[in-house]
Amino acid sequence: MSSAALLLRYLAISLRGQLQYRASFLMAASGNLLNCVIEIAGIWVLFDRFGDLSGWSFAEVAFFCGTVNATFAMGELLATGFDQFGTLYVKTGDFDRLLLRPRSTVLQLAGHELSLRRLGRLLPGIVIVVAAWAALDLPLDADRVGLLALAMAGGVAFFFALMVLQATMCFWTTESLELMNILTYGGVETASYPLPIYHRLFRRFFTFVVPLACIGYFPIVAVLGVDDPLGTSRLFQVAAPLAGFAFLGVAIGVWQLGVRRYTSTGS
Amino acid sequence: MSPDIRPLVAVVSARYRTLLQYRAAAFAGFATQLFWGSIRLMILAAFFAATTEPQPMDLPQIVAYVWLGQALLGMLPWNVDADFREQVRDGTVAYDLLRPLDLYSYWFGRTLAFRVAAPTLRGIPMVLFSMVLLPLVGLGDWALIPPAHAVAFAGFVASLVLAAMLATAITLLAHISLLWTISGVGMDRVLTGLVTVFSGLTVPLPLFPDWLQPFLNWQPFRGLADVPYRIYSGNIPSAEIAGELVFVFVWTIALVLLGRLILLRGVRRMVVQGG
Repeated sequence: MSSAALLLRYLAISLRGQLQYRASFLMAASGNLLNCVIEIAGIWVLFDRFGDLSGWSFAEVAFFCGTVNATFAMGELLATGFDQFGTLYVKTGDFDRLLLRPRSTVLQLAGHELSLRRLGRLLPGIVIVVAAWAALDLPLDADRVGLLALAMAGGVAFFFALMVLQATMCFWTTESLELMNILTYGGVETASYPLPIYHRLFRRFFTFVVPLACIGYFPIVAVLGVDDPLGTSRLFQVAAPLAGFAFLGVAIGVWQLGVRRYTSTGS
Repeated sequence: MSPDIRPLVAVVSARYRTLLQYRAAAFAGFATQLFWGSIRLMILAAFFAATTEPQPMDLPQIVAYVWLGQALLGMLPWNVDADFREQVRDGTVAYDLLRPLDLYSYWFGRTLAFRVAAPTLRGIPMVLFSMVLLPLVGLGDWALIPPAHAVAFAGFVASLVLAAMLATAITLLAHISLLWTISGVGMDRVLTGLVTVFSGLTVPLPLFPDWLQPFLNWQPFRGLADVPYRIYSGNIPSAEIAGELVFVFVWTIALVLLGRLILLRGVRRMVVQGG
């Protein structure tokens, strides 16, 4: 069986499993939905109070916010196995079983669960993007849609990579994983607003070290068709999402180093 | 209720000392909150920069609001105590019924320790960082200002004590609801949403639209954060401090009474898990 077919089979099983517990799925999904609504409402409150954000309109900021929420939700949807790696596989020693199977660990963990409750963030994210698109009267052309799709694909790779890095940390410690929340949840918060409002050090960090802005701010500036106050070129903005895929490549490399030094806790 | 308060003091102090053991988690929490605080500050300052008309808060007051919010985050009743949830799930909660203590008071003591432990570990470094270190490295504009005046400081301390009590009463309502729902996952999420928005943690409450202010001013969650932080920065004038303290106190008493009432019914119909 090919890897893709196997992944689909894993995910189909996971879906069927989750649909057995509908109430618990609905509860968790509505919690995610609530958080997303609170986030966009918080942005609205600030616009209502202050009028504008150094030249950016509410619809533009909503576009940033919706995109990053949808992207993060898709990344989380696919990477649940990595997200819960420490508790489910390392503490229990169950990772040994994965290592014994003749397939890559990345594939098996990606197939661990297609966590449906993430839809609670994905759906409002998409609704916000569509509404912002309409409110801004952006033309619906192939260039814009294609670039947004590329940015979101790069973003899914980016957030998937963060989850892989978080799981890799479990080979050393299963504590203080909370630090990774800075980059995941903190990343969503950060990317919900235009990059120029942040301090220079934050901007550099989120461009060159952790390329969050490359899958959010830069390509979206091109989609919105506005000039970047930071002065980047269109070519850079269009190519930036590729950094998300490169980041995933690095993360998987680090993961494989971690796997090599893994010692089981099981008996 | 037993007139002897010593067992309760022992409960609070034992639980508090247990929770102080988790230092690595505290460091991770500190770093996380530092990051959140910085991002929130930059967002609010960017909004504030463009404004020309007078706002209900000035920038140093907003900065103080954000840093105090990060320092005292653990005190907000945004989650349930995982140990308590475990007790309900495996049935050991039944032992608590056998103790020669008033059940609500006993749980109140435990929960108070849970709510107060996190801010002492995370809050003190956060205050030192934002008040002392930031001005030293030339970021004085982003620093936590000292309390506006002596009365503001006294009012802040008093409102903080009340906020801890209020937070405990709210957390306890969530704990008691576990007797019905057991898992508490949904409860946690709704509680987090309510608390972060209506305490002022997401956006300082005075910045909400004016037409929402009458509602925001009367709901209990503002006693958790909005009241103490604004007393601290002098945004609430000295003359109004006493009234605000009474406001928080009345809500606390009301929620304690509600908790007692629900607990009474919960115990009557409790089915203990496990064998």
